[in-house]
Amino acid sequence: MTINTQYTKFRPQRYQTRVPIFWWVHKWAHLRFITRELTSVFVAIYAFVLLFQLWALNQGAETYALFLAWLRTPISIGLHMVALLFVIFHSITWFNLAPKALVLRLGTKRVPDAVLIVLNYLAWGVLSVVIAWIMLKA
Amino acid sequence: MKTRKSIDPFWWSLFGTGGVIAALCLPALLFLNGVAIPLGWIEAPSYEHVLTLVKNSLTRLFLFVVISLSLFHWAHRFRFTLYDGLQLKHLNQLIAVLCYGTAMIGTIASLYTLWGL
Amino acid sequence: MQTTISLEIQRYRPEQESEPVYQSYEVPLRKDWVILDALNYIKDNLDGSLSYRWSCRMGVCGSCGMMANGTPVLTCATFLETYAPGPIRVEPLINFPVIRDLIIDMSEFITKLKQMKPWIVREEEQPLSDGEYLQTPDQLTEYKQYSMCINCMLCYAACPIVGLEPGFLGPAAIALAQRYNFDNRDQGKKQRTEILKEDNGIYECTFVGECSIVCPKSVDPAGAIQRYKVAAAAEWWKSLLLPWGNR
Ligand code: FES
Repeated sequence: MTINTQYTKFRPQRYQTRVPIFWWVHKWAHLRFITRELTSVFVAIYAFVLLFQLWALNQGAETYALFLAWLRTPISIGLHMVALLFVIFHSITWFNLAPKALVLRLGTKRVPDAVLIVLNYLAWGVLSVVIAWIMLKA
Repeated sequence: MKTRKSIDPFWWSLFGTGGVIAALCLPALLFLNGVAIPLGWIEAPSYEHVLTLVKNSLTRLFLFVVISLSLFHWAHRFRFTLYDGLQLKHLNQLIAVLCYGTAMIGTIASLYTLWGL
Repeated sequence: MQTTISLEIQRYRPEQESEPVYQSYEVPLRKDWVILDALNYIKDNLDGSLSYRWSCRMGVCGSCGMMANGTPVLTCATFLETYAPGPIRVEPLINFPVIRDLIIDMSEFITKLKQMKPWIVREEEQPLSDGEYLQTPDQLTEYKQYSMCINCMLCYAACPIVGLEPGFLGPAAIALAQRYNFDNRDQGKKQRTEILKEDNGIYECTFVGECSIVCPKSVDPAGAIQRYKVAAAAEWWKSLLLPWGNR
């Protein structure tokens, strides 16, 4: 916070600290926060991978086969596994914090946070199954 | 008071909806496409099957929403991570253009790819 | 059996030093003593020059907030024993300019609070003959939680964004804005949102969430800010799609 000169004119010097650049490494909660924010990087990377897959599909069966072959390389699988961990971390933190932002009411009573969180996880499970079913069966 | 109207509510709503969509859909898509199928745990659906699936306009819409909103979710979150984590607020404009610009390019590319099929 | 505990207290006497220094004091470790009791013991028996703020010593006035081992706490509500065997490092709240020893300059905070118009704003006052503004218990619970704030500023010390963005209006001020926005007698929400949706307002917050953790009154400023973001975003779309609606 800045110093209000109106009050400090005739007073002794205030002491003010600066936030260090890597402030977020000193505390577990802050490290967790930065990790949570960085999950977005993996979200974006995977969005581009998905886009790339669609592009390959667009190019015809051969290109698509090449793309699938790339997906099978150890590097790709490793990267995808790391990305999966981050994306799941995103889902978990997102669902757990969502009730803070969204307040739902039944009549005059506020739906408890725990109920909202459970509903979030249910929706996640159901949607995942639906996605798998459509992709593999339908 | 400032005269310039902030557009942050708009970016934030894209960030928010994108966050929900990514949280709900990405883990399943990523696990199937990037891990389970390549490792052979699940048999890969054939090219024709995937093609007919993606030709369905509902699937297209779904994929478009997932890709575009995930990107805008990233753009907004990452922009602020750079401000907070590396104290780059003085590069405010450059960062905003790069982040939202990337998301917009991705959005246009996905429009083009999906409806160019 | 440990009978004393040492306190490492940050001292800053501007007439004497340009950078704060730490000074150690050995105080009795009593089961029923909080950090504030130890500070009073020091002031009475060891070093009368130590400066700090306190008043109610019962978690109501909000003046005794300090950092204990790096975490913002009300020193009148934090027992020495929890830190045994010690030492306990006591510092002034971070993110604020320090005036002397453990005393911080809160004038900027007060300016921010005032900007939120923390009172009931009416477009038009109801005439006296109409009687009082009525409120049901349900309407009271809407905002009660946010009205518990004692302005102790622990949330400002816990919030990294306050440190990074000196202009950020901050957790307590926004929670206080919500306290009035959710009050059925108030009509000032638009004015407050005008300020809060701009730079230095709610969208500066990246939901670290620490403010709600340190809050001694469970006000949950982080929740207040996130709810505000949703509401302001909805307003934004509404005014875009229905430009003729009542603004
Ligand atoms: S002395 Fe009043 S809150 Fe601690």
